[in-house]
Amino acid sequence: MKKRFLSIMMCAVMTTALVTGCGNSSGGSTSNGGSSGGSTSSGGTSSGGSDTSGGGSSGDTIKIGFAQVGHESDWRTASTKSCQDVFSAENGYDLQFVDCDNDSAAQIEAIRGFIQQSVDYIIVDPIVSKGWDTVLTECEDANIPVIVIDRTIEDSDKYVSWVGSNFKTEGLAAGEWLKAYAEKKGIKEINALVIEGSTGASATLGRTDGFKEIADANGWKIVDSQSGDFTEAGGQEVMESYIKSYEGKFNVVICQNDNEAFGAMTAMKNAGIEYGVGKDVILVSFDACTAGLEKVMSGDINADFECNPLAAPDVEKVIKQLENGETPEKEVYMTEHWYVNEDILSSITVNGEEQPLTVVTQDIVDAQY
Amino acid sequence: MNKVKKITGMALFLPVFCMLLVMLVNVIYDAANGNFAFNFFTISVRNGILYGRLIDILNRGSEIAILAIGMTLVVSSSAGTDISVGSVMSLSASFCCMLLAGYGVASASTLAMPLFLGVLGGILMGCVCGAFNGFLVAYLNVQPMVATLILFSAARAIGLLLCNNVIVYVRNDSFGFFGSFLGPVPTPIVIAALCILVISLLLRYTALGLYIQSVGINKKASRIAGLNSEKIIFLCYIVCGLCAGIAGIVASSRITSADSNNIGLNFELDAILAVALGGNSLGGGKFRLAGSIIGAYTIQAITTTLYALGVSTEQAPVYKAIVVIIIVTIQAPPFKAFMKRMSDKRQLSKGGAAV
Repeated sequence: MKKRFLSIMMCAVMTTALVTGCGNSSGGSTSNGGSSGGSTSSGGTSSGGSDTSGGGSSGDTIKIGFAQVGHESDWRTASTKSCQDVFSAENGYDLQFVDCDNDSAAQIEAIRGFIQQSVDYIIVDPIVSKGWDTVLTECEDANIPVIVIDRTIEDSDKYVSWVGSNFKTEGLAAGEWLKAYAEKKGIKEINALVIEGSTGASATLGRTDGFKEIADANGWKIVDSQSGDFTEAGGQEVMESYIKSYEGKFNVVICQNDNEAFGAMTAMKNAGIEYGVGKDVILVSFDACTAGLEKVMSGDINADFECNPLAAPDVEKVIKQLENGETPEKEVYMTEHWYVNEDILSSITVNGEEQPLTVVTQDIVDAQY
Repeated sequence: MNKVKKITGMALFLPVFCMLLVMLVNVIYDAANGNFAFNFFTISVRNGILYGRLIDILNRGSEIAILAIGMTLVVSSSAGTDISVGSVMSLSASFCCMLLAGYGVASASTLAMPLFLGVLGGILMGCVCGAFNGFLVAYLNVQPMVATLILFSAARAIGLLLCNNVIVYVRNDSFGFFGSFLGPVPTPIVIAALCILVISLLLRYTALGLYIQSVGINKKASRIAGLNSEKIIFLCYIVCGLCAGIAGIVASSRITSADSNNIGLNFELDAILAVALGGNSLGGGKFRLAGSIIGAYTIQAITTTLYALGVSTEQAPVYKAIVVIIIVTIQAPPFKAFMKRMSDKRQLSKGGAAV
């Protein structure tokens, strides 16, 4: 009897916990939306006005379904927020947002849900690259254009356009910058250690390939290349091991995201190795989140190559083109910035194209996601 | 011969032997590469702090070692594993960082409340989770894996809620203390040593160790003998949660942030593996705490060795699996029996020749 009572009590407690938990989360997101809405309305009232007039001509609001990967990093949060800001009610959109929590089956279900709600457009950041043909065919049958962002889909081409970063270009840019920087500083020999991202991730593959291409072309030595799993703890542990294995045999460390770079910095500091601008070891990082740019400004990181999470403006352009009956490009690459600390180079040539380098200032840090 | 037998017959011989075997690989590798053969074992003082691969193993293995303490008790008393420890680590870390930074703040360089309050909060959160698991297992008789599955999936998510879905940075040196250095020694090593010391003293100088084993061997018989089996199991889970809380604080202090998605990821499996590598049965009952601790450092030794050998990260899990299989096989009862039969046979033939 006592046991039964206890189990009933447990159930009650758990149910309340569940309910309050849900209440909290929805409360949080609405307050989020409120604050972001406030900032957009104060910043861009005029653009909002012009958008509503545009929307008025086409009839009503545009309904968009967005199946996001999850919320695993600052980068992802910025990507979500960018979509929520751009496709807001003030701008004449009705955004259905689903956080799939890194579950690819849930993502496909979310898209089926969007089809049932007959949204006008579907945006998806595919968790996995394969297994999309069936559900994309369903979208096609329902006459809903699908726009893919960030990650890629390999086994189907039934989407209108893909908007994202070219990771290989980021890798190439890092290599080209290092080449130009070494020439300018008179550094003859380059021995690089690479801390890779998660094994098999497209960002890891692209950045590794791009950098390696330049390294091979210039006869640089890549001393070692191991994965730090895109985390600060991983970067710290790999760097600790590198220092023990290759002490004094390297002068460049390439970290494939900012978190890994923070970890590598701690490891080098503990071992008494000088890194950063004007020091023994050149530190290069990718992603360029706010915290990363702060480190570039303070001179701890020499250069940081951006991976732009703000896909929404480009997606909006694609949607505008579709609304006007134009055919958008199949692959849309977002503009990305290459951030450096020193003002000694103004531009680098990547893929035969001249691209500017941006010197980090406080304003840039504040404006970053 | 007798001396050898005495050493090999010691309870912890096999776990220690396996750990040394793993480290031996490095000696061979260094020697083959023309380096100083004992490079791996060299410890020096650099920049005012201890420096060397062995220190790395002790330092990086701290979290697993701390978790292994709690896991050993849980396995012994309830004949099941607590698979929520990794997630609970993440939750404690998130809660601690949330307290220190203030709710909704993504990056703070000044603490919102005194350091010890935040850390205490994080550790208490671990205890609460442990108590929840313990309640389900001890009083409601839910199977341990099912009971802990709840927090395994929920704790990390609650942590994310507390942190407002972002990585909360507490860029304050005083918080970084638990993951950096106490004088020349890495603080995690000191914390792990303290935890091990306290628990082993508790087990040695009170009857608690005996109680836990007897409950694990036969719960009903223990109750009839006058032990409060439920209470003991409940207590073990609280200790396990406490350990997870401490490990979470250490892990988050290392990176001075609450990376809810990655702190303690898959650590529950390593903690269970540590218990198994230490020669403890996962079926409950008798246990050797020292075995689990050695098991924990063996796992870290494997990881550090793979880094030192420069094994590519894609293939590392395969080597890790091979080593684990070998270690578990060496310690498996049928294998032990086989070895004993072989040595008996040898002994017999030798004896026969002498006579």
